[in-house]
Amino acid sequence: MVLNNIENLLEKYENGETSLKEEQQLKDYFSQETVAPHLEMYKPMFNYFSVSQKEQFTKQLPLKTSKGFNFKRLSVAAVAVLMLSIYVFKPNNLGETTITDAEKVEINNAKEALAIMSKHFNQGTAQVGYLGVINEAGTQVDYLKEITNPMDRLFKR
Amino acid sequence: MNQSEFLNIVTPFKDKVFRLAKRLLVSREEAEDATQEVLIKLWKNKAKIKDYKNVEAFSMTMTKNFCFDKLKSKQAQNLKIVHSNYQDHSVSLQKEVELNDSLDWVGKIMETLPEQQKMVVQLRDIEQYDFKEIAIMLDMNETAIRVALSRARKTIREKLTNTHNYGVK
Repeated sequence: MVLNNIENLLEKYENGETSLKEEQQLKDYFSQETVAPHLEMYKPMFNYFSVSQKEQFTKQLPLKTSKGFNFKRLSVAAVAVLMLSIYVFKPNNLGETTITDAEKVEINNAKEALAIMSKHFNQGTAQVGYLGVINEAGTQVDYLKEITNPMDRLFKR
Repeated sequence: MNQSEFLNIVTPFKDKVFRLAKRLLVSREEAEDATQEVLIKLWKNKAKIKDYKNVEAFSMTMTKNFCFDKLKSKQAQNLKIVHSNYQDHSVSLQKEVELNDSLDWVGKIMETLPEQQKMVVQLRDIEQYDFKEIAIMLDMNETAIRVALSRARKTIREKLTNTHNYGVK
C-alpha cells in the first residue's frame, strides 16, 4: 500500500507535479534505513537534498557604517586643505610688506635728502646756462665757411 | 536601520543565498565571497529595503545575477573554477561511508546539469520554495519551471540508475 503510494508520488515527482508536502513525504520515506530494492537509486538523491539543506554560511560579514573612516574622502579633503594653504600663505611672501612708523620716518628723510640734492643740481645747471651763448656765436661764425668756397675755386682743386 | 536590525532581516535567508551561490559557482570560497558581496550590496542600499516587496526573493535574484556575471568573467578569462572542496563539511557529517560516496555522486551529477536546471532543483528540492517564489526569483513562468525541474529530476534519476546497475560508486 505504502509502496504503491510512493511509486505514484515518484511519477508525479518526476513530472514536476508534486506539492511541497508530497515531496517531504518522499524525503521522509527515503530517509529510512531500508527502502524497496527497485527504488534504491532514489535514496542518495533525496538524502543529498536533505543534507545540502543544512549547509551554512559561516563567514563573518564586514558591515561598516558609511559614516566610518573613509580614505578616499580624507585624501580629497587633504588636497583641498593643501591648495587652500598655498593660496592663503603665498601672497604674504611676495605682497606688500607692512611699514612701521620708524621706517616711514627714514623714508621721508631719504626723500628730503634726495630733494635737496636735486635742487642744488638744478641750480648748477642753470649757472652753466651761459654756455649756450657759445653755440649761438658758433652759428653766427658760420659765414666764415663761405670764405673757404672762393678759395677752392681759386685753387681749382 | 542599524546593524542588528539588518541582520535580523538577512539571517533567515543568508544560508540560502550561500547555497545557491555554491550550487552555481561550485567552489566554497567563491560562494562565500559571492554571498558576502550580495549581503554588502543589500547593506549599502539598506535605506531602500523597506521598499522591496520581498527582500528574500530580491536577494536570490541578485545572487543569481552576481553568480552569472562571475561565471561569464571566468569564461572570458578562460579560467576553470577551482573547487578543491569536494569533501563537503556537511556531507561528511554523514557517518556511513557508502552513503557519503553516493551523495557526492549526486552532487557531481548536479554539476553537469545546465545552469537553469541547477537553480530550479536547488530552489525547489533543497530550499523548498513554492513555484510562485521561484518564478519571481528566476523571472520564469511556472510551467517553464516545472518542465526544467522535471528534466533535471529525470536526468539525476537516470544517471543514478546507471551507476546503481553498473555498481560504479
